[in-house]
Amino acid sequence: MGRFWVKASRRGAATVAAGLTVGLTACATGTGGGSTPELSADDFASTSASDTPLTIMGFGTDDEIAQVRYDRAVEAVTGTDVRLSEGGLDMQQFLSSVASGNVPALIRADRNQIGTLASRGAIVPLDACIEAQSVPTDDFVEAALEQVTFDGQVYGLPEFNTVQLTMANQELLDEAGLSIEDVNGSDPEAVTQANQALADTSDGRLNVIGYDSKLPEFLPLWVHARGGAMISDDGRTAQLDSPEVLEALEWAVAIYDEQGGFGRVKAFRDSADFFGAGNQFAVGTLGAMPMEQWYVNVLNEVSSDAPVIFDAVRGEDGDALAYASGSAWAIPNGSPNPGAACQFAATMVEAESWLEAARARAEAREADGLQFTGLLTGNQVVDQQIREELVTPSGEENWDRAVEVLYEANDHAFGMPANPADADFRTAWQDGVNRVLNGQQEPEEALAQAQENAQSALDKAWENWEGRQDDER
Amino acid sequence: MTVQDGRRGVAVPTHGTAPLQEVARRRWPWPGRSRPRPRVNRGDWKPALLFLLPWIVGFAVFTAWPVFYTAYLSLTDYDVINAPTFVGLDNYERLVQDAGARRAMGNTLFYTALQVPLYVLFSLFLALLLNQAGRASGFFRTVFFLPNMTPPVATGVLLLLLFNGQDGLVNEVLGWFGINGPAWTTDPQWVKPGLILMSLLSVGGSVIILLAALRNVPQELYDAAMVDGAGFWRRTWSVTVPMISGPLFFVIIVNTIAALQSFTEAYTAFFGVGTSTYSNDAAEFYAIHIFREAFEFLRMGYASALAWLLFVVIMIITAIQVVVSKRFVFYEGENR
Repeated sequence: MGRFWVKASRRGAATVAAGLTVGLTACATGTGGGSTPELSADDFASTSASDTPLTIMGFGTDDEIAQVRYDRAVEAVTGTDVRLSEGGLDMQQFLSSVASGNVPALIRADRNQIGTLASRGAIVPLDACIEAQSVPTDDFVEAALEQVTFDGQVYGLPEFNTVQLTMANQELLDEAGLSIEDVNGSDPEAVTQANQALADTSDGRLNVIGYDSKLPEFLPLWVHARGGAMISDDGRTAQLDSPEVLEALEWAVAIYDEQGGFGRVKAFRDSADFFGAGNQFAVGTLGAMPMEQWYVNVLNEVSSDAPVIFDAVRGEDGDALAYASGSAWAIPNGSPNPGAACQFAATMVEAESWLEAARARAEAREADGLQFTGLLTGNQVVDQQIREELVTPSGEENWDRAVEVLYEANDHAFGMPANPADADFRTAWQDGVNRVLNGQQEPEEALAQAQENAQSALDKAWENWEGRQDDER
Repeated sequence: MTVQDGRRGVAVPTHGTAPLQEVARRRWPWPGRSRPRPRVNRGDWKPALLFLLPWIVGFAVFTAWPVFYTAYLSLTDYDVINAPTFVGLDNYERLVQDAGARRAMGNTLFYTALQVPLYVLFSLFLALLLNQAGRASGFFRTVFFLPNMTPPVATGVLLLLLFNGQDGLVNEVLGWFGINGPAWTTDPQWVKPGLILMSLLSVGGSVIILLAALRNVPQELYDAAMVDGAGFWRRTWSVTVPMISGPLFFVIIVNTIAALQSFTEAYTAFFGVGTSTYSNDAAEFYAIHIFREAFEFLRMGYASALAWLLFVVIMIITAIQVVVSKRFVFYEGENR
């Protein structure tokens, strides 16, 4: 008996070991493999019931905007078992699934990840899907479409568009004899002076933040306001050491230095009840800042009486500007059900889905006695339809102004082109800014290092991409 | 000859006027009696192996295999999406030139060098207190262990609140003593000290191990020391520490390895979703650097090389500790 067990266990162990070796070696083959299959419109044609489940990563049904569209999309692929892994796209989880061969059928990723995923063959071009489902790409916000277009092909269906607005405390502005025009960015010198007038650093403490230039994340905004760009339009050349970037960084850092340094401002910012009734505007501890438009809803909900006023962020020409961001639906290479995935994604971003979701949101806000402040879907035509049908003035000037300027900002949004080194490029410039904020480097030195790091990453990534293209030919 | 051990209520052997060190070094405490030798049945290993099989399989699949496979991946260019391509020692060459890796390793070694002694001393201090606490020790043991139940991610968030330079609780308390607290979370000079202090929240596990060890120190050793006129500190240094040197060494080794692999709290506080744009180089530990290379920049091959360097560093440090410990660590039943 004992001998039998030992022999059996030896044989079993050998089998298990061999199986694991083969299996795990296969794990490392990935799905990209250097060639991205060109799927035809037939692959993406409307699907009837499919035995293959539609597995989705990177999406959550947290609110009515998500739930209503999700329900419609599930209905559109009736007969297909839809399996949703709730939550944002976890790159670790996604890569693990790719490595193990369990590729999800559909993912929703941040638009700034699309370039990298596309260049490595992790996701497939959607031109055929767009054609099969008649997705009106001309209606998308141009900046959003740019962010999902890599090397001339569309790799994602954009959804949502996040833009920035200037938000300021009316009472503090009045006390300092200032107006919203002094802090909307159109005159950087005026912002600098307003910051000095609004900030309260008495008793050796920071009691009121005058102006928060929101570094590092909003540096692209300040660069664009000066007519510059951090990367070339073709996504191949970093421009982090350009005069516009340097000027923007020096200006935005000086805003913090005037208030005792970034560390002090950030510590104060971190201590605020950002999402609560005790937010910085409600308690009068912030003069002005640029902030994403979703914060309008937060403020309207938790402190509708706060003396907050809004404007777009404006360039020196007075025109609104906003740095676009958002998500996009993409189909992984090796998707077990590209047809259903395409139909599902197309339904999620179709006009009727957005309208139905917006109606649900408007009803919910009305039931709560709150104003519906609009919805930026990433589709300009739909945005306008929603605005005309559902956005009604509240009669309160500041909130109505918020709605007005968020649509204006949406019309003037710009984005960074997709490139194969998204993460490296972003980390290079953000780390550069952080080194300046932490007092480790001067702006010029930090940007020179950032430029070197970013360009090196871009060159390598483009080289890899071109090598992959050559292999396919 | 025996005396009554008041604490344990049993008779324990004494050795007259034998010097303290001699008593502590006895291999077998009953002289004149030979130690019984356990009989080993050669056939026992088969069922033993069968019982061990689940662990062996688990270890092979989830530890040994990944270790070997990572060694292979460290010689490849691998982004997880595409098949790995063999690049020889390129990743290791890159590692030597990677200023980020050097900085991350420096951060990690600095953190370990400060955190481990502080952590162990604080654990020992609390264990000594608890050992004197009598009936209340059960309650306080629970209280000290509770922070260990806090998820590390929550601890990372808590760090940002407690150590906030503007109005965090830590600076508030320092203010009572007229000390103007630093910007723990934003000043590169103070980021690591803040993380070190925060790590002391989780001493509960080590406290319990050391407390168990303290409870096992024979009372007669203290009695003999007191007869010789030893005060509290002398007893602690000459009796307690040698007698708990084994568990103390275990705590040092385990916490050194944990410190060298520090990740979650620092990542949550300085590199997580809520702080994805603002990071602080001072908080980038080596494990964070590995994680970012693997999952942010999709350089799994290079990350594997980084991981192997960490493995080697941990092995070297642990080996040094083991060699040094031979002089200081005493195990019960050891003959020296």
